[in-house]
Amino acid sequence: MQTHIFDVIVVGAGGAGLMAALYASKTASTAVISKLYPTRSHTGAAQGGVGAALGNLEEDYPEWHTFDTVKGSDYLGDQDAIEFMCQEAVDAVYELEHYGLPFSRTPEGKIDQRPFGGHTNNVTGKPVRRACFAADRTGHMILQTLYQQCIKNHVNFYDEFQVIDLLIVNGAAAGVVALELSTSELHVFHAKSVVFATGGHGRIWEVTSNAYAYSGDGASVALRRGLPLEDMEFFQFHPTGIYKLGILITEGVRGEGGILFNDKGERFMEKYAPKVKDLASRDVVSRAMYTEMREGRGIGGKNFFYLDVRPEVVNRYAALDGRKRPDGSPYIVTADEIISKLPDIADFCRVYLGVDPVTQPMPVQPTAHYTMGGIPTNKYGEVVIDDQNTVLPGFYAAGEVACVSVHGANRLGTNSLLDLITFGKHAGLRAAEFSRGATLQPLPKDAADFALAQLNQLKNSAGSERVADISREMKSVMFDHVGIFRTADGMKTALEKVRELRQRHQHIKITDQGKVFNTDLINAWELGNLLQLAELITVCAINRTESRGAHARDDYPKRDDANWMKHTLAWEKDGNIRLGYKPVAITKYQPKERVY
Amino acid sequence: MKISLKLYRYNPEIDKKSRYETYQLEADPTDRILDILEFVKGYIDGTLSFRRSCAHGVCGSDAMRINGQNRLACKTLLRDLHGNKVTVEPIMGLRVIKDLIVDMDPFFENFRTVLPYLINDEPAPKTERLQSPEDRERFDDTTKCILCACCTTSCPSFWANDEYLGPAAFVNAHRFIFDSRDRAADERLKILSAQNGVYRCHTVFNCTLACPREIEITKAIGEVKRAISTGSLK
Ligand SMILES: Cc1cc2nc3c(=O)[nH]c(=O)nc-3n(C[C@H](O)[C@H](O)[C@H](O)COP(=O)(O)OP(=O)(O)OC[C@H]3O[C@@H](n4cnc5c(N)ncnc54)[C@H](O)[C@@H]3O)c2cc1C
Ligand code: FES
Repeated sequence: MQTHIFDVIVVGAGGAGLMAALYASKTASTAVISKLYPTRSHTGAAQGGVGAALGNLEEDYPEWHTFDTVKGSDYLGDQDAIEFMCQEAVDAVYELEHYGLPFSRTPEGKIDQRPFGGHTNNVTGKPVRRACFAADRTGHMILQTLYQQCIKNHVNFYDEFQVIDLLIVNGAAAGVVALELSTSELHVFHAKSVVFATGGHGRIWEVTSNAYAYSGDGASVALRRGLPLEDMEFFQFHPTGIYKLGILITEGVRGEGGILFNDKGERFMEKYAPKVKDLASRDVVSRAMYTEMREGRGIGGKNFFYLDVRPEVVNRYAALDGRKRPDGSPYIVTADEIISKLPDIADFCRVYLGVDPVTQPMPVQPTAHYTMGGIPTNKYGEVVIDDQNTVLPGFYAAGEVACVSVHGANRLGTNSLLDLITFGKHAGLRAAEFSRGATLQPLPKDAADFALAQLNQLKNSAGSERVADISREMKSVMFDHVGIFRTADGMKTALEKVRELRQRHQHIKITDQGKVFNTDLINAWELGNLLQLAELITVCAINRTESRGAHARDDYPKRDDANWMKHTLAWEKDGNIRLGYKPVAITKYQPKERVY
Repeated sequence: MKISLKLYRYNPEIDKKSRYETYQLEADPTDRILDILEFVKGYIDGTLSFRRSCAHGVCGSDAMRINGQNRLACKTLLRDLHGNKVTVEPIMGLRVIKDLIVDMDPFFENFRTVLPYLINDEPAPKTERLQSPEDRERFDDTTKCILCACCTTSCPSFWANDEYLGPAAFVNAHRFIFDSRDRAADERLKILSAQNGVYRCHTVFNCTLACPREIEITKAIGEVKRAISTGSLK
């Protein structure tokens, strides 16, 4: 076993982790540990854009961005943190540009912007162009650019090291234990500050836009060390995944004028969101699709719809909506313009569907997409562990694994990339600052024991259960019962099933007993994380007897501010889940009914 | 449909030499090759090892030789192969660690050699640096690279010598050389004109054919060569 010493350890090399590392490494010895090569991180999959009220194309203000985010969160987001993020957004995007990010450009050479769901002009209520984009590969460009900057600044990387455990000593973070994938050797990283930036857990559900790597490792590791997770019942389903495959079709398609149609050829979003229609918030659109489907208006009676971005259709509806270009002329597009703004989407359609999106509509269905809940933090990325927001010294979290909470019950598109760069930066700064005044906590003698025990338990189980079976059964029951619409009965069915699966997981058969890239073992360990989180999510969801944002219950269809204007905190100890609450920070905006 | 899947196998802890194993399977024409590998791993042989993450061709994890051509397993559907025989092998020119996993370190080392980051020490303005859509378009194609190594490991010059920087490094150099905001083109062109640089490219076009992002790599290398010989970025 090797031991390494650093001031700051960053776990995860996506947008949040790299941003934290860039900032921390300016003043502190820093290393990034990542189970994937940094450029494989899921940030690279983000398509549509990063939100910031630059106002490059039309009037816009951070205050409007703040209000839209509060409203989008269904008032569960913490308003102080949201305001902070939306104010920081403008400079954060300029900073990315200065790092070299190749944003698409306006004719004047400024960063180009497009409309996205839930982002509005607060006076007219109409969609506003706020998403700063690089074609439809904004996340790819953010990830590449930040990685390039890390190379430039000689940041240390431990690539293909998987963190299995977090060390907490004397009530403070002391480091992590990681498995080197190419050798199966355990390494202890002894540090004054630890930043978790490990992404989400969207692999719990059957139809998902999320990468295989989205197995909830960071959240699960923290939970196992007795820390709470916040608002885990809130998980976003994005309206437009490719039918059956779940691959994401960015909201940018609707931003560019694409329209959703049901089996009768109706633009059904008109009914559900008369003002912004197809550009309503994601939870609203996904629910509308489900409602249409239940009422038999899915295409051919099935559970999908058409997303149509053929130029003739875009132009017809743009004229009906009175949509204008920034110079005041009517909004008219050609097939070439659509392809040039959405080249990757066109490519996905051709490869996976055999469809050309400018000549044929795309079959889409809601797909599991984004983890709103996670490790609770304050707006500086410091992890907080109770209803008093008590800080755990030396421990930070940022990005999709964290819950600040700026997304509340429903995240607005483009706000995750923004979350990464804002809170990644602040977590990195704080982590470095903390390490300056702190001494290393002593390492316990048995530092690697808990990690080793977890792996050995799996490796040595004499059972015959398969990772593939358990995983399939989990995904299916969670998609059916803890998905877009939920009921107590359905969720109880899911809970029973997931508990059974957790038992069966104890008896998994690991065929690979080797040390070199034992992905058999790693897959099994990751599945354990997903199951643990699936159970917790379901318990939190059953407990919240209201509908808010992405958590929609048939048996409690209304938002209930009197009883539920609060965050959930959940702990797991010895297999038992305990729930608590903490208040929502409300500063300027009193909760109102949410209409689009 | 019924397929016959032939897989390259090598477990350094057991095998002295690599070998092939063949599986007869039932699969769907729209299955990704990655789905088929997952099936083998999940239900037939848990020791089969490969990298993957995004499953839709954007992270660059799963470059492999599929029926003799470098491709991403997640971006290749069975029906694209026009037949029911599928052979999957690791990409060439990098050391095989286990099954389809190769040592990527030399590849990333070459990438780092070309200074793959924006260099511009002039003070930045308060807002964005301006760049016209035409200037932005100039290097658009090469910003698409996902560092999967399909191109570099399809190149005979790289097979012969792994210190040859290779197409992926050139693509990433191009991305900065032709960015109007960058100021280090000369420095990069010097690196690229050295011994292991672009002049070892014999315009075989394998790289362009292999690129899953459809980057016109040979064209980009041609532009770099021209910039070196003319001393101009026009
Ligand atoms: C298809 C798609 C499109 C999207 N489009 C947009 C968009 O247009 N705008 C927007 O704002 N948001 C978008 N999102 C959301 C956004 O991209 C993600 O929420 C965000 O990129 C997450 O970044 P991250 O840094 O938190 O995590 P990631 O980028 O996923 O990085 C996680 C890192 O943690 C590492 N890691 C995980 N577990 C371990 C472990 N146990 N040990 C060591 N390392 C570990 C991984 O290797 C990885 O480096 C999109 C998401 C998807 C899936
Ligand atoms: S798994 Fe990401 S490119 Fe294939």
